[in-house]
Amino acid sequence: MIDKRVRDFDTALAGMADGATIMSSGFGAAGAPHDLLEAVLERDWRELVIISNNAGEGDRGLIRLIQERRVAKVICSFPTSSNSEIIKDLYFANLIELEIVPQGTLSERMRAAGSGIGGFYTRTSVNTPLSEGKEIRTFQGVDYVLELPLTADFAFIKAKQSDRWGNLVYNKSARNFGPTMAMAAETTIVQVDEFVELGTLDPERIITPGVYVDRVIEVPGA
Amino acid sequence: MKKLTRPQIAWRIAQDIPDGAYVNLGIGAPELIANYMPEDREVVIHSENGILGMGPSPAEGEEDPDLINAGKKPVTLLPGGSYFHHTDSFAMIRGQHLDIAVLGAFQVSRDGDLANWATLDNSRPPGVGGAMDLAVGAKKVFVMTDHCTRDGQPKLLEACTYPLTGKAVVDRIYTDVAVIDVTGGGFVVREILAGLPADQLNAMTGADLTIADDCAALTAPAL
Repeated sequence: MIDKRVRDFDTALAGMADGATIMSSGFGAAGAPHDLLEAVLERDWRELVIISNNAGEGDRGLIRLIQERRVAKVICSFPTSSNSEIIKDLYFANLIELEIVPQGTLSERMRAAGSGIGGFYTRTSVNTPLSEGKEIRTFQGVDYVLELPLTADFAFIKAKQSDRWGNLVYNKSARNFGPTMAMAAETTIVQVDEFVELGTLDPERIITPGVYVDRVIEVPGA
Repeated sequence: MKKLTRPQIAWRIAQDIPDGAYVNLGIGAPELIANYMPEDREVVIHSENGILGMGPSPAEGEEDPDLINAGKKPVTLLPGGSYFHHTDSFAMIRGQHLDIAVLGAFQVSRDGDLANWATLDNSRPPGVGGAMDLAVGAKKVFVMTDHCTRDGQPKLLEACTYPLTGKAVVDRIYTDVAVIDVTGGGFVVREILAGLPADQLNAMTGADLTIADDCAALTAPAL
């Protein structure tokens, strides 16, 4: 029997270690898996590499891991947002590394990793500092830059509902990076508002099929 | 002869967005354009975090933290609107499915090079967001900007001095004093602020300008 539901964070986070690379869903606070990130904080893992669109927002989740100096590097498109003076301070003190990737390229690199694509060419960032040192190739007279897949040890996702197979539905614009990160990492861990019975999610509306999901933990009202 | 305010520039841009267009409005000032869309037009607004058919801000107390725009502010969804994930959203952008992106700018060159993500002062950590994808992906790129910086330096230049967002990507520039097309032959002024002499506009610009034969007066209602 397949049952990806877990009851506690220790089980959810099995295999986590210092130095792990973690994809963290969310755009700003919408869709951010705050409780999974804070469970990592409580368990004291360090030197983490985080892949996320932003480097924390507000006062929960990723921003707390960063404040507590557990994060060595963030790969993101836009690090600063509200309440992110801390990023600025750590960055200029050389206490955190930032790798800036254009937003669509960030997402597509993860999609490539999750779909067996060895790399892809995009026009995005050609003739800018973000394509320096990368292969440029011309197709039909247009220059494209080669971008490589981006994977991680873990993906942390927030979704609205899951069944025991790990099929997921999301809420509104909180979907954002969830479906792509779910396919891109070695182990995908999801926090959901609510578990539902197998068979109750409309198959036409399942956004992330359970094949991409390893573990799901219920965090009501998160 | 008063320069246009930001809402007035937004109003002016809104007049040029045709019925049926799919449009991305950049974070910040371009977001204002949605407030001035003529009522007889149906325009679908795209937000790169995964929304088509984005509506106005919700009434106070109706905000949903899971429904936000690219600037992370609460928004609403119009009837017919849809949600999709980030990779689809950027496929939509890069795949040239959006008719117009309106972006802010630090600098624009006569060849349409856009610099809007980094300066040279390095006092802030770098960050690019979706700007580079929008710059190369939208069918048309409009820039909304003041004509000069706060300390009076021109933003329309022979060549950008800041790191580029995209090369030869800008089609049209709307400033507080002019509407300017980027053509194969450099900047062409389509509208100039009523009462502003052309030589004064030239002096505010860091590249040669051609005044179009049918150059009109740039006006906007009081807003």
